[in-house]
Amino acid sequence: MDHAEDNVQVNVLPPDKEKIKKLWTVAAILGAVTAVEFLIAFTMHHGPLKTAIFIGLTIVKASYIVGEFMHLRYEVKVLFWSILIPLTFVIWMLVAFIYEGIIISDLRL
Amino acid sequence: MASTAAAAPARSEWDGGVSPMGVSYGKLMMWFFLLSDAFTFSALLVTYGLVRSSHQAYQGAVDAFTFSQAYWPIPEKVFEAVPFLHGLTAPLVFVGIMTFILIMSSVTMVLAVEAGHRMDRKAVEKWMLWTILGGLAFLSCQAWEWGHFIHGAETGKAVAEGTTFFGANLAHNQYGPPDFAAFFFFITGFHGFHVFSGVCLNFLIYYNTVMGTYDRRGHYEMVEKVGLYWHFVDLVWVFVFTFFYLV
Repeated sequence: MDHAEDNVQVNVLPPDKEKIKKLWTVAAILGAVTAVEFLIAFTMHHGPLKTAIFIGLTIVKASYIVGEFMHLRYEVKVLFWSILIPLTFVIWMLVAFIYEGIIISDLRL
Repeated sequence: MASTAAAAPARSEWDGGVSPMGVSYGKLMMWFFLLSDAFTFSALLVTYGLVRSSHQAYQGAVDAFTFSQAYWPIPEKVFEAVPFLHGLTAPLVFVGIMTFILIMSSVTMVLAVEAGHRMDRKAVEKWMLWTILGGLAFLSCQAWEWGHFIHGAETGKAVAEGTTFFGANLAHNQYGPPDFAAFFFFITGFHGFHVFSGVCLNFLIYYNTVMGTYDRRGHYEMVEKVGLYWHFVDLVWVFVFTFFYLV
């Protein structure tokens, strides 16, 4: 594999210990939140509250993945909002479709 | 007014020559591709919500749950098997393992990106290999999960002429309404295909790294771009896990 170095001078920097530690912390948080989700799945009764908690925890996990792993938190504000603002359409879609589903359910009875 | 404006034309950062978003063209386009892909997956999951809420929900006690065509099944009663432990009831444990595998492969990917920033080819190779391994492990788990779902559990579904139907296909399934299996195949299948594409891309990046392509180019930005895609695949699984398996 040494053929690559023959004509290229590469300056390898030492590992950034602090950054790597932070990444593992984020991984631990993601694992812990998943564990909490498991706990809730088998200890709580089914209902709107349980669903709301699951959605909340999912958004926590999503923001860690997008913010830290995908580095979006540290990007320029224009890019940050260009990605986040269009996603509000999903909320509209969600509300409209679930509402529709409940109506369909009522009509079938 | 006009003359002063002509003397010193106000230049916006959008007039060209700089990157207002602070990222390269390729990375920006990856972000917008992922945004559009997020809409695709949202549409699938929201439609799942629509169809599920338009079916009857199971009303009785969770312990007394049986499969029926009359209502939507409780996911933890469907996905409760683990490989090599036949007959053991372990609800959602296998899916939990799959979630853990994908999160870990996301971590190794971000470590590969970190190594790329430092131009450390050996470290990039190491972490890319772990990421590829994680992706393959996830795909293998999904293959088992599909196999189990298709072949079915102990108790089948009684169909006409006194026969019993085991497992699932796109027309029938023993777990609940036909739509349930259709959504399972489509949503996890579409995600699984993303994982498969991701593994192929990761392998391409690994190959280029080994060949010294990025050393010659002077930067490892391709690792970052494919890394974005790989994290997105993990992100989608987080949502699939919640909305298909937990809720």
